[in-house]
Amino acid sequence: MLFGFEWDLSNPLAFAISILPILLIGMWVTIQATVVGFFVALVLGLIFAILKSAPSRFIAWPARLVTEFIRDTPLLVQLFFLYYVLPEYGIVLPAFMTGALALGLQYSAYTSEVYRAGIEAVGRDQHEAARALNLPSARTFTHIVVPQAIPRIVPAMGNYLVSIMKDVPVLSVVTVLEMLNVAKIIGDRTFNYLIPLSMVGGLYLIMTLVASAGVRLLDRYLPKQGLPLK
Amino acid sequence: MHWTEYLPSLMQGAWVTVQLTLYSTLLGAAAAFVFGIGKLSRNWALRGVSIAYIEVFRGTSLLVQLFWLYFALPLAGNAIGIDLRLPPVLAGVLALGLNIGAYGAEVVRGAIQAVHSDQHEAARALNFTERQTLFRITIPQAIPEMMPSFGNLAVQNLKDTALVSLISLGDLTFRAEQIRNFTQESTTIYTMLLFMYFGMALVVTAIMRLLERFAGRWRVAGS
Amino acid sequence: MTDPIIKFDKVVKRFGDLTVLDELDFEVQKGEKVSIIGPSGSGKSTVLRILMTLEQIDGGIVAVGGEPLWHEPGPNGLQPASEAHLRKMRAQLGMVFQQFNLFPHMSVLRNITEAPVRVLGLSKVEARERGEELLELVGLADQADKYPHQLSGGQQQRVGIARALAMRPSILLFDEPTSALDPELVGEVLTVIGRLAEEHDLTMLLVTHEMRFAREISDRVCFFDKGQIREEGTPEALFTDPNEERTREFLKAVLD
Repeated sequence: MLFGFEWDLSNPLAFAISILPILLIGMWVTIQATVVGFFVALVLGLIFAILKSAPSRFIAWPARLVTEFIRDTPLLVQLFFLYYVLPEYGIVLPAFMTGALALGLQYSAYTSEVYRAGIEAVGRDQHEAARALNLPSARTFTHIVVPQAIPRIVPAMGNYLVSIMKDVPVLSVVTVLEMLNVAKIIGDRTFNYLIPLSMVGGLYLIMTLVASAGVRLLDRYLPKQGLPLK
Repeated sequence: MHWTEYLPSLMQGAWVTVQLTLYSTLLGAAAAFVFGIGKLSRNWALRGVSIAYIEVFRGTSLLVQLFWLYFALPLAGNAIGIDLRLPPVLAGVLALGLNIGAYGAEVVRGAIQAVHSDQHEAARALNFTERQTLFRITIPQAIPEMMPSFGNLAVQNLKDTALVSLISLGDLTFRAEQIRNFTQESTTIYTMLLFMYFGMALVVTAIMRLLERFAGRWRVAGS
Repeated sequence: MTDPIIKFDKVVKRFGDLTVLDELDFEVQKGEKVSIIGPSGSGKSTVLRILMTLEQIDGGIVAVGGEPLWHEPGPNGLQPASEAHLRKMRAQLGMVFQQFNLFPHMSVLRNITEAPVRVLGLSKVEARERGEELLELVGLADQADKYPHQLSGGQQQRVGIARALAMRPSILLFDEPTSALDPELVGEVLTVIGRLAEEHDLTMLLVTHEMRFAREISDRVCFFDKGQIREEGTPEALFTDPNEERTREFLKAVLD
């Protein structure tokens, strides 16, 4: 019994059907972790992107080093670090938040690059045209660069969203009850790993397909030249 | 304990990590070429298997794949009467290799398709067979295009090896966890761990850059 | 009269809705040097590409050396050609491309010897000898070990010619061989083609915009327009006194 649902061990099909609600509860946790992690990655990534393009070398270089470091070290280790080290310094977060934070941190290294590339892709001529028209630079940024950068970064960000989703199971090591963890618990208790794990695989395929299709749809609806401003 | 005393054990773990990375990257490269080219094949069976492989291993989580191979496969084997219990090492290399191979297959496919059709026309005019064209004309030109992405995948693979610690394989992360459990010195251990992975990642990147330069040497010949 | 070495019999070629060749009848005799001129989109390159088996046909018969190219004899008459038949037929033809299409990952010499070795089964030594002879012929004997990107456009095209010749085709097709070259490099390529025309028995089909050159080397000039041969004749006849209005218009526009 898990989450209030009993499983039916009489035959494989009955077993599969009986554990499906349990797995779906796990899937809901997976989805939540994905969304929160993605949000953290978007915010942190933006901060890193801004730091990395700071005019002062003393800010840009360390920022670049830090993102490179995060990018080149395993998510699992970063997760362990946050989970065990933060409490030693008085920061105690629920496991889910630690997990989402770790996901967001790891992917912020990637999203910061996407921001940078997206902004650069909008092109210098846009900046020059804006300057020729004497627009103040803050306005240049928000009204000219950003609306054009957003359609460019959506596909890449969308792909990272799907990647984050595939990395959520790592959070099981800090007891987050996402889908894989749930399946493993069922397996541990019933000695039948084959059905739960296979179902998790299938559910993941479905989630990935839906998420990827969603990203493609969003990409198609966004006008390529930039978000229209009235 | 002083942190240097952890080094011997950690180095043993690092060696396991290096071997895992090496074998799984090799397996991944092989899978990438087989299924990347397979996806372009005119043979619908080969194409179907390649597409299925790529979609399954790219569309599911690596940890799920690892657990499936280690925990679920033996049970499937039981059902059909063969002993499919994989030692952690084999499950680890297989999961990592097949996973990275699926991503690599798309890189291979993309690079091959990027070779200009002019080259195929020239090959056709000279009466090369399709197989000769693929192996002697197309692939040599596609390889330099693949290398940057392969470099990223190799580093990703290195990071992914940490997951095998979860099936009790004695890699670097596993050793670190053992020490931490014993000494409770989380900050020290994990900091060392992070730096060791970072160091290895830099080495992998450097090696891949060298390979990239080697593969593309005809592009800069004479200059 | 012997059989023509190339014969297009009511050949139709469509690209989507566009009919590029409209029941084209076209013949070339063995050893003839034929230039094909005309506006873009008239189907000139398509004729060459069909011969080189780079494009299929939608109707009619193309015969090379007396045998059908895109068809082969079958139990119920002619059926679409198998790859084996195409390969057999293709061996008689060679092509020089507008964009040279050299293999960038191989040296100049290797570009020339690769096909003779892999396709014709020559030994590396024999192929190398043949390759060096051909490089002499096109005036690039000292560039054997260079890579294509190190050569000028004119030099690359000359390598392209040598590469095609290495397969000893009986018919050599030139698809606008100098159109992609800077003006000052055109001459060196035309010189090589001219020498080939003079000294060899090769049947040559040349699609070109170089009117003066076409006039010099051709036995016959064909003016193509909208997928048909509008007019053909000896260079003198066509260039000095064309019969058709359309031919006159084209020549006026091009030669001015």
